[in-house]
Amino acid sequence: MEALTLLYWAFDSLLGLCLLWLAWRALASPDLFKAIVLFFSFGLLMALAWVRLNAPDVALAEAAIGAGLTGALLLAALARLESIEEPISPGSNGGETDIHDR
Amino acid sequence: MTDNQQTGKAFRLLLVLLLSAIAGWLAYAVLALSSSPAGLGEQVVTHLDTSGVGNPVTAVLLNFRGYDTLLEMAVLLVALLGVWSLGGIADYRESPPGPVLDTLSRLLVPVLILVAAYLLWVGADAPGGAFQAGSVLGAAGVLLLLSGWRLGNRFAGLLLRAVLVLGLGLFVIAGTGLFLIGGAFLEYPPSLAGGLILLIEAAATMTIGATLAALFLGNRPRVEPDK
Repeated sequence: MEALTLLYWAFDSLLGLCLLWLAWRALASPDLFKAIVLFFSFGLLMALAWVRLNAPDVALAEAAIGAGLTGALLLAALARLESIEEPISPGSNGGETDIHDR
Repeated sequence: MTDNQQTGKAFRLLLVLLLSAIAGWLAYAVLALSSSPAGLGEQVVTHLDTSGVGNPVTAVLLNFRGYDTLLEMAVLLVALLGVWSLGGIADYRESPPGPVLDTLSRLLVPVLILVAAYLLWVGADAPGGAFQAGSVLGAAGVLLLLSGWRLGNRFAGLLLRAVLVLGLGLFVIAGTGLFLIGGAFLEYPPSLAGGLILLIEAAATMTIGATLAALFLGNRPRVEPDK
């Protein structure tokens, strides 16, 4: 029993630290595509955190809406941003507008 | 240049100070919380029999605090109207879906619809409910849109708009109807509560799914004139 509690403690602290780190990385990443992928992983880990807090309803909503659909909407917005930016500045990819290359 | 950098540095320092102050304040607020918060959990559990459902979360969302959920539906609708009124966004560059996406979407979409129906039904007694089911339905829609599927002419006009307002509309109609019969707004009689909640949730699920998929598409599906 003692060992199990210790394991839960370790898991929870690892989860919390991962969440903080992912949130920071998602905010600080200059590459928007990378930031969105980090946001996805943040949402999935957040769902796990809700499960650990005994809130399966919120966990379901977080996984489906927070991670899944919001991420899809962000990706859609990013695709739109690129298709808008391309015709304006053809070939000049320098400075901050340089989003990423796939 | 150096002047600019210096003001930037000073500004950053100010930001750090302000943020630390807020963080300290938040930490104080958390530490000052009483260790045994008097939540409303007990009240919910004692009144669960009259709510018509067995899951306390669904009881709160659809019955005790139904007004909040009603407003959430309105927010979703307004968000979609906002996106549509921006208008004129370029559609995605059409690229034919690969065989994997094509086959996978054919396999997954029926399963997703089934999962949504299950989540909706199970929401009465276990974790689940309209928002979760609706978002699963929305995910199915997104998958279909990604693999090149678009709404047919027959459905893109009035029918789509009807589905988009169905959830909010039914909610308001039910609430107002109960109000006219003699109760308060959104106060379900215990004998009818279960059925009414399921009906409202089913409508809300379809609306949420359609709204989320429409948000992903971005621009309003055009109705091309028949040739």
